[in-house]
Amino acid sequence: MSDYSLKNIMNKPERLAPGHRMCAGCGATIAVRAVLRALHEDDHAVIGNATGCLEVSSFMYPYTAWEDSYIHNAFENAGATLSGVETAYNALKKRGKLPEDETFKFITFGGDGGTYDIGFQSLSGAMERGHDMVYVCYDNGAYMNTGIQRSSATPMYADTTTTPVGKQSDGKMQNRKDLASIIADHDVAYVGQTTFTSDFKDLHSKANKAIYTEGPCFLNIMTPCPRGWRYDTPDIMKICKLAIDTCYWPMFEVDHGKWKLTYEPKKKLPIEDFLRPQGRFKHLFKKGNEDLIVQFQEEVDRRWEDLLYKCAR
Amino acid sequence: MAIKERMSGNEAVAYAIRQVNPDVMPAFPITPSTEIPQMVSTYIANGEMDTEFIPVESEHSSMSAAIGAEAAGARSLTATSSAGLALMWEELLLAASNRMPLALTLVNRTLSGPININCDHSDGMGARDTGWIQIYAENNQEAYDNFIQAYPIAEDARVHLPIMVCQDGFITSHAVENIELLEDELVKDFVGEYEPEEYLLNPGKPIAVGPYSISNYAMEAKKNQEIALENSKEVILEVAEKFKKLSGRGFGLFEEYRTEDADYIMLLMGSAAGTAKQAVDEMREQGKKVGVLKLRVFRPFPAKEIAEALKNCKAVAILDRCESYNGNGGPLGSEVTAGLFRYKVMIEAVNYIYGLAGRDFTVSDAVHVFEELADAVENGKEVEQFQYIRLR
Repeated sequence: MSDYSLKNIMNKPERLAPGHRMCAGCGATIAVRAVLRALHEDDHAVIGNATGCLEVSSFMYPYTAWEDSYIHNAFENAGATLSGVETAYNALKKRGKLPEDETFKFITFGGDGGTYDIGFQSLSGAMERGHDMVYVCYDNGAYMNTGIQRSSATPMYADTTTTPVGKQSDGKMQNRKDLASIIADHDVAYVGQTTFTSDFKDLHSKANKAIYTEGPCFLNIMTPCPRGWRYDTPDIMKICKLAIDTCYWPMFEVDHGKWKLTYEPKKKLPIEDFLRPQGRFKHLFKKGNEDLIVQFQEEVDRRWEDLLYKCAR
Repeated sequence: MAIKERMSGNEAVAYAIRQVNPDVMPAFPITPSTEIPQMVSTYIANGEMDTEFIPVESEHSSMSAAIGAEAAGARSLTATSSAGLALMWEELLLAASNRMPLALTLVNRTLSGPININCDHSDGMGARDTGWIQIYAENNQEAYDNFIQAYPIAEDARVHLPIMVCQDGFITSHAVENIELLEDELVKDFVGEYEPEEYLLNPGKPIAVGPYSISNYAMEAKKNQEIALENSKEVILEVAEKFKKLSGRGFGLFEEYRTEDADYIMLLMGSAAGTAKQAVDEMREQGKKVGVLKLRVFRPFPAKEIAEALKNCKAVAILDRCESYNGNGGPLGSEVTAGLFRYKVMIEAVNYIYGLAGRDFTVSDAVHVFEELADAVENGKEVEQFQYIRLR
């Protein structure tokens, strides 16, 4: 990665063609393009996809935006489906039914709903069985495709359509599930948690490791959703920067069991800075709700300290 | 030369799977089909076959992985029963609508609740409208023979649909009977290599599987799928003809047993057909004109052929090993009578439910059914049109 240059990698041919129907400023497509840029140009890929925004907007019959082979099966089974594809590759290679000099990589994308919740068992099974594949979760923290319902990835106090803020409600009551840690505890080859940075180096490096490390690998990428989070769409990179600088979304990796922080803010910012630009947290800034922000901060701090401990810092 | 052996239904199907040696088999244990993946795993462990086995964490994932493998270009299959099939239900629809010619060996068991491990057809019947071809076996020999015919039917270019090969849990799957097996090479030649036209792992020719489809296209996709299922009828018969040349054993959409001059016919599927045939033999000795129509192919449903086969009898007893909770009869009862009406065969038709959750069905039960049909026709006795056999 020492010769990494954003300009050079941006000159690689796109593997997700323009013309798909995702929203302007959608984080998911940015994540997909960034992950696929880590594929070697000569390598083929089979892309899996759980049902969600990405799937219904990128492969609408008779058009597809995917330059590689692609399979969407259902909502909850992207892990199992791609494990079948990867096993078929091994079977056909073994039997001499595929050319020996052609390499395929297996990458599947799912939103947080399809990954943290309904697809959790299928993902866990695929990771535990050790398939040589990458599962990429594009985590925008709610069921955006069906209209912003809470998932187990939704942060506490977020205003969603199934945890609406009201006289008797401050939004979602529970903290978000820490899926990257849970998958790391499956003893997989590689786990990376990342988001968009100005040079995209962290994401590129982790995608490269995930794709080219043998065995099951998992990437958790925070992908802001302007509709669900209600921030000014062009501000996506600012939102991502605030997420990592407040330590709301730490960037780390677990390479064969070894935890490593890949970014540490010079100055840890207060969580308000991340929450304030987002409409889904607007109610936290009403008079009388100060304690909710304090609680949010405490949870961020607790998780950050825990991560530092895991990374032996 | 045929190999004479003694095997259970599960052993026979596992033996056939070894002979076909498919590329990929994901599976999850469930009684009474568990033995099949166990036996396949043992064959693999002993180097007698080299299928890639995936020990998945659920039946939903076994069907999902089978679809992934099949789409990738690999000949795939799985095995299940009962709740396993119910959990797969969503994926059964996707296997069929994505036109994946994979195989499922179903060992029929009742659905919960109450939880019970014994045979009835409620699992297979619950999946009757998922777009799969469904073939039912009377005994271990048929379970073996049907599995060997499965891929040539499913993979035919006119069909391209998944196929479910069914046998009765415990009664067939675990009971050991005599069987004639074919030599490995003959089976291999008969089934042939899987050569998909388009598949995910075709370098330089990528494909996309599983689109979102707007209403402008989705209805035609569904109709095309229906046409493929209709096409499978002639393919099933063609494959059966070829199989007869190989094995000497003939198969149709159904088997007609002593029906040519029969006044009273019992229509049923699966292992109970053997019991019914015994009753027919005994009653024929007393000069009663009775016969059995054993349905082999439930999907596609051969309504026209059944109507033709029943048109000269006086009454038919339609036996369902499944309650469908529609308040009007079992699945076979509904479909057979609908077929008779469509083809204007207006005979007495009584629907019986039998054998749920492993309840015995005996020769005397079958005799009683035939006698009741005769009583209705000959003495004008009013017979309940939808009733249970051996209900306590």
